[in-house]
Amino acid sequence: MNAAKPLLSVESLTMQFGGLRAIEDLSMTARAGEVTSVIGPNGAGKTTFFNCLTGFYKPTRGCVKLTHPHHGELRLDAMRNVHVARVGQVVRTFQNIRLFPRMTVLENLMIAQHNVLQEASRLSIAGMFRSKSYRRASEKAMENALTWLERLSVRDIANKPAGDMPYGVQRRVEIARAMCADPILLCLDEPAAGLNPRESAELTALLTALSREQGIGILLIEHDMSVVMKVSDHIVVLNHGKKIAEGPPSTIKANPDVISAYLGEDDETSSRHEAAQEKSAHA
Amino acid sequence: MSSTATQEMNLHFRVKDALGAAVVAGLVGLPMLGLTTRDGASGLEVQTRWALLAVFIAVAFTGRITLQMLLQRFRLFSKRRLRARPTSELTGNGSLVWAGAACVTFAVLLPALFAGNRYVVDTATTVLIYVMLGWGLNVVVGLAGLLDLGYVAFYAVGAYTYGLLSTHFGLGFWQCLPIAGGLAATFGVLLGYPTLRLRGDYLAIVTLGFGEIIRLVLVNWGDVTGGPNGISSIPKPTFFGLPMQASGDGPTFATVFGLDYSPGQRVIFLYYLILVLALLTNLLVSRLRRLPVGRAWEAVREDEIACKAMGINVTNVKLSAFATGAMLAGFAGVFFAARQGFISPESFTFSESATILAIVVLGGMGSQLGVVLAASLLVILPELGRDFSEYRMLLFGIAMVVIMVVRPGGLISHRRATVRAPGGEAKP
Repeated sequence: MNAAKPLLSVESLTMQFGGLRAIEDLSMTARAGEVTSVIGPNGAGKTTFFNCLTGFYKPTRGCVKLTHPHHGELRLDAMRNVHVARVGQVVRTFQNIRLFPRMTVLENLMIAQHNVLQEASRLSIAGMFRSKSYRRASEKAMENALTWLERLSVRDIANKPAGDMPYGVQRRVEIARAMCADPILLCLDEPAAGLNPRESAELTALLTALSREQGIGILLIEHDMSVVMKVSDHIVVLNHGKKIAEGPPSTIKANPDVISAYLGEDDETSSRHEAAQEKSAHA
Repeated sequence: MSSTATQEMNLHFRVKDALGAAVVAGLVGLPMLGLTTRDGASGLEVQTRWALLAVFIAVAFTGRITLQMLLQRFRLFSKRRLRARPTSELTGNGSLVWAGAACVTFAVLLPALFAGNRYVVDTATTVLIYVMLGWGLNVVVGLAGLLDLGYVAFYAVGAYTYGLLSTHFGLGFWQCLPIAGGLAATFGVLLGYPTLRLRGDYLAIVTLGFGEIIRLVLVNWGDVTGGPNGISSIPKPTFFGLPMQASGDGPTFATVFGLDYSPGQRVIFLYYLILVLALLTNLLVSRLRRLPVGRAWEAVREDEIACKAMGINVTNVKLSAFATGAMLAGFAGVFFAARQGFISPESFTFSESATILAIVVLGGMGSQLGVVLAASLLVILPELGRDFSEYRMLLFGIAMVVIMVVRPGGLISHRRATVRAPGGEAKP
């Protein structure tokens, strides 16, 4: 895997909101078939980072390159969110669940395949007359949706409004919907938030399986360390918008900077942290 | 489950189902059959016909049960339907379909039921215009969730297109219909484009302004639109080229079919014309709703940001909703101009927009049948109140408040899914 070009490579990304520098000079890579986690305390800039990747924010500086199997190298930082999802096939979920609450679970999954179906419906005219090609496309979309419903074990609630489902189920539906959009890079923003331990364990197994079987890259923002440590191939730690550590879970676990960022510093690390803060004040 | 238990349950559901049909029949029948107007000593008088209404409801009840029994007997009802009954989200579904079918049947039979009563057919025509407008606005407000307070502008565009093209260039009703639809859709896109980034209240204000702009242009551009005097002597639609008049240059409808001419023929013809247009509208909208574009409308209503993250071009989705809604209003406008024979900016004031919006909200956002019920209510209630005209708007307002308190989601707030997963407990 390591021999090939990374799926995603971020180069000195900076995102500034007025006087606040939410992300500063961040460089990292994510590979296909692997789970890359982005962790850090609250306000570290993780979600901002996702918004920069997926075209919801335009980064102040730096670039985000995606190696797409069909389109070659894409500059995600210059693309609008719709195109990031449609052309780049980078699909994201949201920290606060964003399903279409009054529509059924199955409809949610069909909307994820909107572009394929819309094309098959030829400006709705072929669709209106149920042409053969449109019927074939919608059957295929339905099959795809059912596959993912089964996979995320939400098949039995396919015809229920998504907003009526319990929180943990909605999280799973959101992942199913994202997978229906046929991603090559899946960005999950705190998928384990609000899940009980059993559901978290299932999620861990699922994410590993998805990255291995589908060969897609998964980028994960997560606070639940039991999930992160088990599932990640590679971890990037952010604090105050800056990368403070990077590496496989085993080294991250032992990294004193990471521990101090999360737990507050003890006497030994405090001086180092102060120095870092001074540096950021100058910058 | 033993067979007797199944049968008992069948009977239970059937009675409940038939009761539902009876209630709907009662609601529909009350204004149409239960109340009638006669020429009395002092103008029109309202009379009640409770016996007829009771018969109508009884027929609906027994007819529904018999139909169910027959279908069961001939195995047309497969088992899955009965199995699906108990799930709560589906119980309302079947009866809604039946209520829709009942409404259509009633609408088709209406001129025969009220033969010679021109007033009823005329009022029903007005109801159908509002039904059509309601279905059009439903696309914009109910499905795409874009609050449009200037919808009447597109209605006006349609009406004036026909008015001007027919009086100046002699184009006929059927030629003008697509032109007006296209023009109204263009205006829909023109309005839609600058408002793409607006939501909720802000969008409502801009659309309100747009509606007023169109009306003011109509009032002030006297050379073209006739200003406040409007356009008069707009030709009536023809029946495949046969005019509906006493005598003409060529053959007329009456001569070709060997009938004696009567003005009532035209009233009934106009009624059926708007009925066909409305049914086509319904077919179009309900088909579109099940297509990707319709699902995208609803998805944009639910969550725009999630749509963008799924790679859906929200701009196109919103513009298509505006265009579709506007086109349908344009069609209705052409019919309106043709029916009235005279149009002026007076007919396209904000209160019209408000009425149409009230129909959509009252009926239940996104519900096709709800629009029919609400349109009937909103047109017939003021008509019934003609005798006590001072209090009519007051009663009308109270009725609307009561309905919204009792049913906050509108008369029919049930949302039908556009696709259903096969198998499992939830078979369609």
